[in-house]
Amino acid sequence: MSAPSALLREPAGAGRDLNAQALRADARRESLRLLALLSPSLFLVFAIIIVPIGWLFWLSLFDEAGAFSTSNYARFFEQASYIKTFVTTFKVAFIVTGACVLLGYPLAYMLSQLPRRAASICLIFVILPFWTSVLVRTYAWLVILQRKGLINSWLIDLGVISQPLSLANNLSGVVIGMTHILLPFLVLPLYASMKTIDTDCLRAGMNLGAGPVATFRQIFFPLSLPGLASGVVIVFVLCLGFFVTPALMGGGKVIMWAMRMEQTTSLYSNWGAGAALGVVLLVVTLALLGLFQWLLGARATGVWSSR
Amino acid sequence: MSADIGLPISHRQRLWLYALGGLVLLFLIAPSVIIVIMSFSDSTLLQFPPQQWSLRWYETYFQSVEWRDATIVSVKVAVMTVLVATPLGTAAAYAINRGTLRFNGTINALLTASLIIPVILIGIGTFFLYARIDLNNTLTGLVIAHTVQALPLVVLTVLSGLRSYDMNQERVARSLGAGRIAAFWQVTMPQIRFSIVSGGLFAFITSFDEVVVSLFISGGETTTLTRRMFNALRDQIDPTIAAISTCLIVLSVLLLSVAQIFGRRH
Repeated sequence: MSAPSALLREPAGAGRDLNAQALRADARRESLRLLALLSPSLFLVFAIIIVPIGWLFWLSLFDEAGAFSTSNYARFFEQASYIKTFVTTFKVAFIVTGACVLLGYPLAYMLSQLPRRAASICLIFVILPFWTSVLVRTYAWLVILQRKGLINSWLIDLGVISQPLSLANNLSGVVIGMTHILLPFLVLPLYASMKTIDTDCLRAGMNLGAGPVATFRQIFFPLSLPGLASGVVIVFVLCLGFFVTPALMGGGKVIMWAMRMEQTTSLYSNWGAGAALGVVLLVVTLALLGLFQWLLGARATGVWSSR
Repeated sequence: MSADIGLPISHRQRLWLYALGGLVLLFLIAPSVIIVIMSFSDSTLLQFPPQQWSLRWYETYFQSVEWRDATIVSVKVAVMTVLVATPLGTAAAYAINRGTLRFNGTINALLTASLIIPVILIGIGTFFLYARIDLNNTLTGLVIAHTVQALPLVVLTVLSGLRSYDMNQERVARSLGAGRIAAFWQVTMPQIRFSIVSGGLFAFITSFDEVVVSLFISGGETTTLTRRMFNALRDQIDPTIAAISTCLIVLSVLLLSVAQIFGRRH
């Protein structure tokens, strides 16, 4: 190596060890300081999230008599009402995710193609609902969709229908409301990933004779898939644990997973059963996110930083 | 030729796309617009467009003791959540940004966990814990629970601010004799303060709009506005809620605009 580094290596023996020791001690002190900065936040998360969930997990392993058993979990396979809840939840999650893809992909594509100024104006219309209370938006859909709501009164006034359609207080109401609430979670990461697609690739494709459709299908669409996947995973996972909209718009007929948890614990005070439901929900959620991260090497939670 | 992208596709060929995208944008924004307009209706029936205008639902909202108390609780909790979550989240983001700690990834995942964990589970778990330590139906309990919900947003927002800041500036200040705190306060802080303010605003909205956890852990004198709204919606559709909803929408617009203005200056 060069002369200066040889010179630096000169103070061998005790002096160098002393130096290294001092550096190590300094690094250790620095780590402790950083940990001190983190500790209040970590403590809160630990106390409010990790401890109670661990506690619930522990509870779920005991039956109502207090004996160790797996009955809380066995119930899921035996009782028809639980199976129905799971089927409903997954059905809603699939429909809502599908609807979000159908509505969100064209929107994100348009946003990615618009000039910067126009895109940022349109983005406001995506971000504003994202930051509006879920309760407010569910209320709005109740007003729009209910029996004497806007859609029904308009359609009856126009003479299209004579009897009001049942749009709220059933599955369709839940699906419409949830699609509206979760759509930004798909559009924002998808748009962010579409913006990173190199337009040179598209131009090269067109130069080589591909038409607009072929360019989109063979170049743009495959490159947008990772962004789409992260949106799909986050929407699906949020659907599984969704509470407010199905509780208010399901009319008591659409019982989803989270509602079942609330009923089991608040109404029937059966903590073991409610906790078991929560544990399975958490495991499914984490498994889906983990699978996604493993397949694509990316985190689905990017949506919150891509606002 | 579309100038921005440089592809030989004209805007006219894209009309169908703009129409489709426009419809989806309409779907996203229409419910809020409809609620805002309907809140000024004079009728108890929900008509759109309203036949007669009035402010009667706003009067009902502001004159009702129950609604006013719930609003005060929510504002108090949200302000305290901002005051707790912003410094804690900023400190955590600063430490994570160093990236020198072992388990940095795990720490990051832990702090952002509440974004992923089903909120119903957090609600039930918190209720269960608070029942043991007598924090249910207290402001303290609400602030702590909301702080945990708001922390990840503050951490992520401040982290993104720190990523575009060169930490060497703080090192320079320290090598010139500034203490640790002085270096942060005088050199780093002025350059990331917009991220910190945005993080604080997001914490405020998160707390103010939080429903599920509040359903479990608030009640009696500490009933939050969202909890009261949820219960009112379960019974019947009261037009007063349209007025309250409009206030919430206006609040979101205001806070987002402030965050946007701060973000642009940054």
